[in-house]
Amino acid sequence: MEYILLAISAILVGNIILTRFLGICPFVGVSKSPKNTLGMSGALIAVVFLSAILAYALHRYVLVPLNLEYLKLIAFILIIASFVQFAEMLLKKFMPALYKALGIYLPLITTNCVVLTVSLDVVGTKVTGALLNWGEMLTYSLATAVGYALIIILFSYIQLRMQNSPKLPKPFKGNAIALITAGMMAMAFLAFSGMIK
Amino acid sequence: MDEQKLTTPSEQPPVKKSKGKWKLLTTGIIAENPIFVLFLGMCPVLATTSSFSSAFGMGLAVIAVLMLTNVLISLVRKWVPNEIRIPIYIVIIASVVTIVEMLMNAFMFDLAQTLGVYLSIIVVNCIILGRAEAFASKNTVLDSLLDGIGTGIGYFLGVVIVALARELIGTFGLGFKNPFTGDVVFQLYFISKEFAQKYAINIFTGNAGAFIMYGLLTAGFIALNETVKQKQAAKAKKLVAQTAGGQQ
Repeated sequence: MEYILLAISAILVGNIILTRFLGICPFVGVSKSPKNTLGMSGALIAVVFLSAILAYALHRYVLVPLNLEYLKLIAFILIIASFVQFAEMLLKKFMPALYKALGIYLPLITTNCVVLTVSLDVVGTKVTGALLNWGEMLTYSLATAVGYALIIILFSYIQLRMQNSPKLPKPFKGNAIALITAGMMAMAFLAFSGMIK
Repeated sequence: MDEQKLTTPSEQPPVKKSKGKWKLLTTGIIAENPIFVLFLGMCPVLATTSSFSSAFGMGLAVIAVLMLTNVLISLVRKWVPNEIRIPIYIVIIASVVTIVEMLMNAFMFDLAQTLGVYLSIIVVNCIILGRAEAFASKNTVLDSLLDGIGTGIGYFLGVVIVALARELIGTFGLGFKNPFTGDVVFQLYFISKEFAQKYAINIFTGNAGAFIMYGLLTAGFIALNETVKQKQAAKAKKLVAQTAGGQQ
């Protein structure tokens, strides 16, 4: 039950895009075609989940015993960058079709703030409080990534209809209307805020 | 700006050098503003602009990081092998951000606590790596420093403008805290405190307001840019017509 609550709060109530504004660049920039967005969110879920596990293990079993917590930022970004590189090589070798479909989005995941923030969250920030245990950590990182994927997929369908609308004033074309629509989505998701606690 | 641009063709040869440096500094502020034109590093623009003070601190942190990383990367640019440049840049950026974060925790504790994780994720802010890759890796140290300062000021101004708009409309007031001590320097209200608390449009300090305000300001900036461009084009046409008329 505790884990289900944690998952719901990470996906809907405290959604990482709409309440914490992370990963906005791909949210606004990339999510213009639903097909690409689907591919990217799949890759992103895998990268967030696996790199959070690596970062958590490194922090818990290496950095904390050696009193090197202040190095976590450098250590985590290196883990993420090398992990993405590694995933890219693996995919290229064993799943060339998927690799081709993902294209530029795979290397771009390195600079997606969601990956780094989830890794920092599972070892304790203001949002998650203290260091999580293994079960919580796995649930939290997976649910956050799923929440992110859910929003960018929904948003890509909205963008598809909106950006081609002939009634849109010229200055609003592109990012401006995308941001305002995201604001509307955030308002809609406010309704979930009473669900837990 | 308008006059300078119009007079450049005739004045360019003698003052080319100083103008080049000046241009380096100013492109990042208006023509290539990271927030309203390039749309790089948008997460903190939404997340840290709920109050003027936190946006001010975030802007300062970004200026500091951008200056330092640009200078460091430009210093080592000759020894970095091309194949592994990105990991090296990321490590340099991460080290600088760690240092800035530690300094802010030591001297601006309240501010560092307010900014929280957004201070750490300057590491993956696209504008830092973007400038490193596009500018600092190819130019001299002085030019990179100027570019860092210019882009940093552009970022700072963007964040502060969004924060001012949100705080003014969201609370009908404006407050500023000293970043070093956390004391309130001033706290103003529109008409009176009671009026402001009763009638302020609270949604603009919240999550949805962040997106909407940023979107509106972006549209405003684009519209302004368009009109300025049109006016300049009209002016230039007039000038051409006048000179052509004079020659005849």
